[in-house]
Amino acid sequence: MALSKIQVSSMADNTIHGRRNLIINGAMQIDQRNGGAEVVPSSDAYTLDRFRYNASQASKLKVQQNAQAITPPSGFSNYLGVTVNATHTVASTDNFFLTYFVEGHDSAHLDFGKSTAKTVTLSFYVQSSLTGTFSGSIVNSAENRAYPYTYTINTADTWERKTITIAGDTSGTWIGATNGKGLMLTFSLGMGSNFTGTAGQWNGAQDFGASGDIVKLVENASAQWKMTGLQLEAADEATSFEHRSFGEELALCHRYFHSINAAGHPSPTDGAYARYIMFGQDVNGTRWFHDFPVTMRATPTLINNNISSSTVQYFNYNTQGAPAINTIAISESSKQHAQVAFAFSSGVAVGQIIAWRWNNSPNSSFQFQAEL
Amino acid sequence: MNISSAQYIAGSEAGQNASIKCTIDGTEIFVPLDPDNTEYQAILEWAKIDGNTIEEAD
Repeated sequence: MALSKIQVSSMADNTIHGRRNLIINGAMQIDQRNGGAEVVPSSDAYTLDRFRYNASQASKLKVQQNAQAITPPSGFSNYLGVTVNATHTVASTDNFFLTYFVEGHDSAHLDFGKSTAKTVTLSFYVQSSLTGTFSGSIVNSAENRAYPYTYTINTADTWERKTITIAGDTSGTWIGATNGKGLMLTFSLGMGSNFTGTAGQWNGAQDFGASGDIVKLVENASAQWKMTGLQLEAADEATSFEHRSFGEELALCHRYFHSINAAGHPSPTDGAYARYIMFGQDVNGTRWFHDFPVTMRATPTLINNNISSSTVQYFNYNTQGAPAINTIAISESSKQHAQVAFAFSSGVAVGQIIAWRWNNSPNSSFQFQAEL
Repeated sequence: MNISSAQYIAGSEAGQNASIKCTIDGTEIFVPLDPDNTEYQAILEWAKIDGNTIEEAD
């Protein structure tokens, strides 16, 4: 048998290797907070995982995973959709945009702020009910360095893939390998002139979008904008979207947010439901020790989402009684672990074992958030 | 973030605070005293404004 050479082209430098995409949830698969429901978010609220909404005026835009239930681009199952809820004429001081923060640990290798800054390429699938020139920006944590970019939507209500290549910033201050804001990527939905600058260059300003004749989605009744397949990579040109497994993508999201929720738990009357164990630390006070699925970016905030005496039940194994809850607050915690303090009005003694469980409450959750 | 109230929550150790109960955009949340926590950073900025105070723990 003749010996053939081993083909090694897959190891060549010009081959597309994995782990290129700096964006988590770029395929818009994960929506832990809202489970696909439409929301009218407050400013600074997170929508689909890792995507924050910013607005200078309340209640103008709605955000939803798979809004209007259209067919995603080939190879994708989900997208992020924005729909105008109430039109607003954008003033110079207004801003409406989506933000994605790349953590410093994940962007430090780009060397922004150094002479060795790497070129990055942004790519995504987008469609809108409007055509024209849209914009966004890459911004540093101090918001005094920005590269506004533009892209053109040529045909209404049609998926188009956009690619934008940006020479890395060799000036300014960009944080390095820390758990802070490495870089900020924005998508403008209506930007006032106070927050725009010349596109295609690095500006020393708080430019969240490009100046010029740019579409302002929020000014158009019922207008829609949708996006998926978002990728940011250290490269001179766009490569195909890097699909990761759902489980891996969810675990990456857990560094910033996770919830213990009632969704999927059957009714107590079904006889098969999860219990979470606590112990009596002092008279009428218990602690629930909750280990996080991954190390979080920072010690997280606790959000008691629809938690009440009617959505959560309690059981004292020692007394076989049901203590009445007063308050639930986070106590001493870390990036790996939360100690949640449950205060009862009666029915708990030191050392007793107490359980809590959901009570027909599919919209309830204990949420742990450590977003940027 | 629209912060409307903030109060320290006592921890397990006597005399020590563990978190801040805070209402942001109408939602009550519990924020750890971690300088890297985004909501804690916002509360500290809010507290710098005249008239805003993080109340002592009960």
